Amino acid sequence: MDKFVKLTSSAIPLPIENVDTDQIIPARFLKATNRDGFGENLFRDWRFQKDGTINKEFTLNNTTYSGSILVAGDNFGCGSSREHAAWAIHDYGFKVVVSSFFADIFKGNSLNNGLLPVQVSPEFLKELFTEIDKNPATQISIDLEAQSITIQSTGSEATFEINDYKKMCLINGYDDIDFLISNKSEIEAFEKSRV
Amino acid sequence: MKKTLFDKVWDAHVVKEVENGPQVLYIDKHLIHEVTSPQAFNELEQRGISIFRPNQIVATADHNTPTIDQHLPVKDLLSRNQLAQLTENCDKNNITLYGLGHKYNGIVHVMAPELGFTQPGMTMVCGDSHTSTHGAFGSIAFGIGTSQVAQVFASQCLLLQKPKSLRVNVNGQLKPGVLPKDVILYVIAKLGTNAGTGYFCEYAGNVFEEMSMEGRMTVCNMSIEMGARGGMIAPDETTFEYVKGREFAPKGDLFDKKVAYWKTLPTDEGAVFDKEYHFDASDIEPMITYGTNPGMGIKVTEKIPTEHNASFEKSLAYMNFEKGQSLIDQQINYVFIGSCTNSRIEDFRVAAHYIKGKKKADNVTAWFVPGSQQVASQIIDEGLNEVFENAGFKLRQPGCSACLAMNDDKIPEGEYCVSTSNRNFEGRQGQGARTILASPLVAAATAIEGKIVDITKQLN
Repeated sequence: MDKFVKLTSSAIPLPIENVDTDQIIPARFLKATNRDGFGENLFRDWRFQKDGTINKEFTLNNTTYSGSILVAGDNFGCGSSREHAAWAIHDYGFKVVVSSFFADIFKGNSLNNGLLPVQVSPEFLKELFTEIDKNPATQISIDLEAQSITIQSTGSEATFEINDYKKMCLINGYDDIDFLISNKSEIEAFEKSRV
Repeated sequence: MKKTLFDKVWDAHVVKEVENGPQVLYIDKHLIHEVTSPQAFNELEQRGISIFRPNQIVATADHNTPTIDQHLPVKDLLSRNQLAQLTENCDKNNITLYGLGHKYNGIVHVMAPELGFTQPGMTMVCGDSHTSTHGAFGSIAFGIGTSQVAQVFASQCLLLQKPKSLRVNVNGQLKPGVLPKDVILYVIAKLGTNAGTGYFCEYAGNVFEEMSMEGRMTVCNMSIEMGARGGMIAPDETTFEYVKGREFAPKGDLFDKKVAYWKTLPTDEGAVFDKEYHFDASDIEPMITYGTNPGMGIKVTEKIPTEHNASFEKSLAYMNFEKGQSLIDQQINYVFIGSCTNSRIEDFRVAAHYIKGKKKADNVTAWFVPGSQQVASQIIDEGLNEVFENAGFKLRQPGCSACLAMNDDKIPEGEYCVSTSNRNFEGRQGQGARTILASPLVAAATAIEGKIVDITKQLN
């Protein structure tokens, strides 16, 4: 898994609420048997017109915006458990998604793939959208160690929650499998205790 | 210490606790299907890890599968490849697979309970968010991502933070024609799509106590649609009666011992939930959705509400509906009865009861898709298929079908579909398709009338 420590980047705004995983990656693209290449179809039906041409209106196609931070509306990632959604966002080049609320499964999937979900207050989210709107090159810094997100132009800062274990995993690039396997004898003992 | 049903099952499965971190939770049963498992098998293979407890895994093929001509090779190359991968992975790792055509094949959340694989007090996972369905038995069941599928393969455990607790109480008398689907659509419309995020939900009250297991599964199935990772209903005589005698259910003395344990599981009187809601059953009516998330639901007789925000307006624009509009008499050309929410025998009984002696509307294309081979056989055995055929409907073969547009059962662009499935997201049933969620009764009535009607008028 990719490590995550700090990042400073401009951001791409997606001020839509309840973005579900069917929008992030439609089901018809879930037929692959490996994890690669999902970025190509990220937000497929919003990025492209029905005739297959590019939808210039959509934020990812708007050349004003760039960067490896996606700033999205409330309740991001709701719906299906497909981890392909986190893979697609990560594969496209995002390292961080900021929202005022994340769906549970999406949040967990992101953390398992080195994609950092940063949950901020609705007020701070609004401030982010406003600043990005004013100046699309606005630099935003995320410091995982300090659990902070800062808008460089205004100095406005917020903190975010993450559990200590997951933070340690991201900083070091560890995943849960190694940890679980290292507990095998305890798991076996647990199994015996239940019979 | 008073405990909830959820606490009791959760606490009985904690292997250990990481300091200031998550808990290691033991998983009793792991269900897998073709879409979310291949990358997990690859992961283990690449790391040289073997599957820890293959006999606690059951596999089925459902998401990608065609619902006609299942005896022929699957036409879509990518789907065929994914299905072949599942077969190969299961063979290699000694995992039981009920593949296409097998008498136990079906949608994972229909076939597992049917086989008695799902039992009260268990922990169950599947790489599918509607795993919450199995909570109907008083088990902790929830959807996981593919990385977690790999974790369970490797260790039969997951690292999790214990979620908060939520209880939804519905008491009183349901009106005629109000089905379990209406109850859950009503609750989600009231609470919104993220009220349950971070919580595990228990459904309580006489309405759920009086429901069949099929109805309870419909309710728990849609817990994720209000954000809750899972939903549960206390096991009782209805549950025990359903489980008894099924293929993988405990038998004889063991069954009696299990029942004695299962009886200890219901929430203790006086246990405290982090959040609790109460609803009056008599306020619920047949429901439909008008927008692009399951929280955008109204009683079939109500008008679309007026809200002023960009997301709401974007949603109505996609549906081509107006604020304040009634959906009664809205022409509908597609009807889907199926999915892990409503494809069990009871759902087809409801549809057949309504349809008997009537004819399908000419403008309607209807897909009736049983959730499993066993449901399909039962539909035939009970003579329901004859009712459907006489009315001009044709039964298809089991699978997820038009719920998520992964196979050929797609709703064309711009068309409305009254659907018994669980999600009305943009493009969920096909690019540009417009989904209206409803109960099997409302769906059956739409298929007969060719438009949305006030079903309550026909019932009173």
